Amino acid sequence: MTEPSKKAATREIVERNLPARYRSESRFRTAGIVAIIVSVIILVLLIGSIGLKSLPAYTAWQIHLPVALDQALVDPEGDSSEASIRQGSFGRVLQNGMRETFPDVSGRSNMRSLFQLYTSLNSTRLMDQVIADPGLIGSDYVFTMPLGDDLDLYLKGMLVEDRSVEMNGVLEIEAGRRRTNIQSQSADFAIVLAELQQMMIDEALSLESRAAANRTLMASVDAEEADRLNEEAARFDQRAQVLRTDAAGENGQLELSDDLPSVIVEFRGGAIRMNRLDLNGQGGSGESILSIAENRSDEAWTLYVVDTPQARRRIPDNQLIWTRALVERGIVTQAFNHYFFANADSREPELAGIRGALNGSILTLIVTLLLSIPVGIATAIYLEEFAPKNKFTDLIEVNINNLAAVPSIIFGLLGVAIFIDVFSLPRGTPVLGGLVLSLMTLPTIIIATRASLKAVPPSIRQAALGVGASRTQSVFHHVLPLATPGILTGSIIGLSRALGETAPLLMIGMVAFIADAPKLSLEGFTEPATVLPVQIYLWYSAAERAFEPRAAAAIIVLLTLIISFNAVAVYLRRKFERRW
Amino acid sequence: MTTAQAQATLYHDIPEARDVKVAIAGVDVHYGDKQALFDVSMQIPDRSVTAFIGPSGCGKSTFLRCVNRMNDTIDGAVVTGSLKIDGTEINDKTIDPVVLRASVGMVFQKPNPFPKSIYDNVAYGPKIHGLAATREELDGIVEQSLVKAGLWGEVSDRLTDPGTSLSGGQQQRLVIARAIAVNPEVILMDEPCSALDPIATAKVEELIDELRENYCIIMVTHSMAQAARVSQMTAFFHLGNLVEYGPTEEIFTNPRERRTQDYITGRFG
Repeated sequence: MTEPSKKAATREIVERNLPARYRSESRFRTAGIVAIIVSVIILVLLIGSIGLKSLPAYTAWQIHLPVALDQALVDPEGDSSEASIRQGSFGRVLQNGMRETFPDVSGRSNMRSLFQLYTSLNSTRLMDQVIADPGLIGSDYVFTMPLGDDLDLYLKGMLVEDRSVEMNGVLEIEAGRRRTNIQSQSADFAIVLAELQQMMIDEALSLESRAAANRTLMASVDAEEADRLNEEAARFDQRAQVLRTDAAGENGQLELSDDLPSVIVEFRGGAIRMNRLDLNGQGGSGESILSIAENRSDEAWTLYVVDTPQARRRIPDNQLIWTRALVERGIVTQAFNHYFFANADSREPELAGIRGALNGSILTLIVTLLLSIPVGIATAIYLEEFAPKNKFTDLIEVNINNLAAVPSIIFGLLGVAIFIDVFSLPRGTPVLGGLVLSLMTLPTIIIATRASLKAVPPSIRQAALGVGASRTQSVFHHVLPLATPGILTGSIIGLSRALGETAPLLMIGMVAFIADAPKLSLEGFTEPATVLPVQIYLWYSAAERAFEPRAAAAIIVLLTLIISFNAVAVYLRRKFERRW
Repeated sequence: MTTAQAQATLYHDIPEARDVKVAIAGVDVHYGDKQALFDVSMQIPDRSVTAFIGPSGCGKSTFLRCVNRMNDTIDGAVVTGSLKIDGTEINDKTIDPVVLRASVGMVFQKPNPFPKSIYDNVAYGPKIHGLAATREELDGIVEQSLVKAGLWGEVSDRLTDPGTSLSGGQQQRLVIARAIAVNPEVILMDEPCSALDPIATAKVEELIDELRENYCIIMVTHSMAQAARVSQMTAFFHLGNLVEYGPTEEIFTNPRERRTQDYITGRFG
């Protein structure tokens, strides 16, 4: 029928177009592969960076403090009753323990600094332990508590820049009342001294160049502004002058201010914070923070330099020194951070944990699950299998689809307007949160269920109706079992979305500071609670730096939960999927 | 319309001396605004095979689905007129389609076993209708149905395998076994062999021929040869009208209508 020449022409045309067709195909495939690689990289970066940030939260430095539980202090009534123990001064017990550990610390301000190695909230924890075991009264007890959050970060190397240099020259120590002099036989301090001087000179140079810049600017501004610049330049010059003078030293010594790195000599459990360094680099004088018994040593010693100046950090040198000494003595050790998993929120990061938020999330999710899954699936089955197709059901369908696209915060407003204002449910409780999240999850579950009911081939329905099954029987015996994997997947994905939801819960007051974890029992549903994403939000906006790794760790916990939810969804789908 | 009516009355008489099982008078079917069947009247004899032939879209499947009220499940479908099985009006809201479908089985074009075991496929009907009081009785019904469907020998040792694991022809016979398990009086078949290969088709046709002894079988087919092979009565539909109805031999050898002749000789369709 087709002539040979015509055939050849067709083939020619096809061949001419072929390279372009293949090119566009390979372009499309490349674009797809690039898109996948980019998204995988972004995902890895995201989870990797959160994971890295969260690492410090999994371990905690703890103080194992020996304390004497004197009856007079912890049990003033002397009858070991709870009421009596509650009147005990456990703060004093802890303070006494610290005093015993560092007997040579004296002076009010030093004492106060010493007691800041831990948070005073620990006295309540000690009290609870004594109430739980009154037999402890009168005994010597080793109380374990977390180190203060800043010092914990310091030991994890996140708070200051520091370095320690091992030295082995012979040291002469001359301890006075107010100051301790140190002399080394070699110029052990020379390098540090030179660095400090260079630092001061550099600072002076930068001040002088800023003064010069100000003077250059003066030519191009009006008189008033010029005056101001001139004054500022004069101040810069003055400060530079002071720095240069200080760097040159006085009486053969360089004075170390709080704006300079701290220089600390550590030796045999003792520590001296240097205030002055001799310009010959062989010694200096300082304040003895942990006293050294001998006055001469030919053993190795440590020159410990904290490059972050004392004026620019939250913890003073003496706290650093005490902490290092406690680590040295084995009183402070690093362990798994069980506080993070066992405790509810706390205003002190070292005692803060996700337990409260986790329980809140579990309780809220139980309410959501019990409400949204039965209601959602029943709605979907009715709409898909039984409802007449008319304007009214069309309207309902359109509205359900719209609800799925409503921003979640709107559901929070709805929750406030209906559940709180009309039904007067208690604010900030899992039952309220669960109700609001059910509103949000319902459309997702209805849509997923309807889609999987629609995907069941009509031949199955016809077969069931054909042997005389009623409509309900055909739905429940045949259609629903086939749709189950899809329904489960949709429901679980809806629930995992609810697990990660924050905005509507902020509206209904689940954002409060909850220091007691809600109980995983019936009354837990009506206790004030918060949930994981809200806890993350609270911690990220907190002032203390130590909350940051804890927020990251809470994200990891939340992600783990959500990913395992989705894995369960995939598993159930695989398991129940039937082919026909 | 008047000619259609005239034809309808023409073939209205009981053919031969057989008992009438299904009597249809003046049936119209509308899908929304569209009329799919125009005033169909016919009488279908018991213990025989009646074949509906005609080009696609002529209304033969629609008509078949009237007999077990399967059209009820389609939104907007309206069936008017009289359909009687053994003298009982079935196109009546007071008749429950569930009861009707227990006595009018149906086999579809594509084999559609439930995604359950072979046993459960056959046992499902008896179970929901409560036809078996004991497990032994149910086992008996399943075995008899599979034997009647000619499938027992092939599946007796693997009743717990899923019905969907069978071949296409076996699936279709399984579906027939499922239909006869509830002991129906009428079996409707909507192109039962169109998805099967010639060997499976031959087996199903053989089965239909055997089942004829006990049931009133109504089948829709696209294959004229099949209609000629297995049916005793044939009805030709065209554009929603019943054009001609009579004994198969007569329709194929001596059709009264020009359109019937054109269709069976392959001049259109």
